[in-house]
Amino acid sequence: MKKAILVKDLFVSYHGNEALKNISFTVNEGNLVGIIGPNGAGKSTLIKALLNLIKKDKGEIQILGHSIKEMKTKVAYVPQRSNIDWDFPITVLDTVLLGTYPNLGIFKRPKKEDKAWAIACLEKVGIAEYINRQIGELSGGQQQRVFLARALAQKPDMYFLDEPFVGVDVTSEEKIIAILKELRDNGKTVVVVHHDLSKASDYFDELILLNKELIEYGIVEKVFQPEVMRKAYNNPFHSITNLELKI
Amino acid sequence: MMNFIEGMIEYEFLQKALTTSIMVGIICGVIGCFIILRGMALMGDAISHAVLPGVALSYMIGINFFFGAVFTGVLTALGIGFISQNSRIKNDVSIGIMFTAAFASGIILITFMKSSTDLYHILFGNVLAVRPEEMVTTLIIGVIVLASIYFFYKELLVSSFDPTMAKAYGLPVRVIHYFLMILLTLVTVASLQTVGIILVVAMLITPASTAYLLTDRLWVMLYLSAGIGVLSSILGLYFSYTYNLASGATIVLAATMLFALAFIFSPKQGLLWRKIKVFRKETSI
Repeated sequence: MKKAILVKDLFVSYHGNEALKNISFTVNEGNLVGIIGPNGAGKSTLIKALLNLIKKDKGEIQILGHSIKEMKTKVAYVPQRSNIDWDFPITVLDTVLLGTYPNLGIFKRPKKEDKAWAIACLEKVGIAEYINRQIGELSGGQQQRVFLARALAQKPDMYFLDEPFVGVDVTSEEKIIAILKELRDNGKTVVVVHHDLSKASDYFDELILLNKELIEYGIVEKVFQPEVMRKAYNNPFHSITNLELKI
Repeated sequence: MMNFIEGMIEYEFLQKALTTSIMVGIICGVIGCFIILRGMALMGDAISHAVLPGVALSYMIGINFFFGAVFTGVLTALGIGFISQNSRIKNDVSIGIMFTAAFASGIILITFMKSSTDLYHILFGNVLAVRPEEMVTTLIIGVIVLASIYFFYKELLVSSFDPTMAKAYGLPVRVIHYFLMILLTLVTVASLQTVGIILVVAMLITPASTAYLLTDRLWVMLYLSAGIGVLSSILGLYFSYTYNLASGATIVLAATMLFALAFIFSPKQGLLWRKIKVFRKETSI
């Protein structure tokens, strides 16, 4: 199996405050990986560091054996919903068309076949009837599906999603996770920042448990042990008791 | 109205004023769309004020004020970014500190120049006295601005809407930001004669906001905003000529009037239709 992500001795800080300390792990290709951990554990920071959106202090990152700089157009990123201006004058179709930009290069506009492809991606996520709506007119779940369609439109080798299930209805959540699993079955690597522990074991093959340091990484059964989880979540709160009941 | 049209045919100065105002209406309208969508209205105000010391310096050295304006405009933009990135000072405050400093230096520099009418014209514009070489400057700037937006439309769209995605796939979002700042200073220079430094921000944000209330598509917004800018310029010039008022002020108020109309009557976003929609909903329950 090929190595999808290789991280070695990664350190990241914000204004001198350490956000990630000494992180090392390798993810093999074709895995659906969840990044979990308490608030402020550096989950989003880790994704952003992997994508070179923020500077790292130290460490090595490889995406499919290359530096991220060479792989920029080969990875798709779905940002947190709260980071988007939903009043922006852009339609659903035009939002998905943005996904074709990385492969178009400068000065080139999307053509007919790009549009057809964008519509195909919208059909895949089940939003095709809304293509001419302004994005703010959709529900939270539909908006998230539009952004997944945008990622699909990019035809990347790897997907990074930041909290895709926040403020999303059940139908959308099921649809999104089904598509992510399908992508994984087709050999793509999918990395998801996730905070809802109750569903983590159904959704992911592997988990990265984070609290500024890497607490544990591996298959779900290995990470989802009460004693391991406690190391990350210092105070014993309800999701952990739920977890114990489940196991 | 006939008077205005007759004057237009008869007087060359009025023709020049109209041509210049129309050009300014278009470029301010177009660049203004990106300014308001990126939440940079205050930045637009700042950069336009920051052009003043550059203009004064250019007068003193005797070069085209285009160069001085771009120099101090961009310097201020860099200063604003530097302060907000390297301290706990928030961006809007940093903008306030830097542009007032630049503007104050400009006022002092201008007092060293011969006459105070110069200051008045730079601050408030006087389109009826526009000179041919200033028209050429405006035209050149207009071509640069429109060409930049045409060629980089895709990049401007994605970096305005989702800068994180833009950065993730390798667009130099910071370069795009400063590029837009440069275009902004150019537009300010082009608008000096028409509306002046103080009011140019209105031409940047008011027609663009009017267009924003009327459409959900960026490219439509760009055309609408340019059109509304042109209409404001013509209306403003008419009032300025007919009632002998300062052209900058009448143009800006014409733009405000058009904004008020859209604010009330816009089919989707207007106050009136929103009220009607709420009323219908309430009565239907």
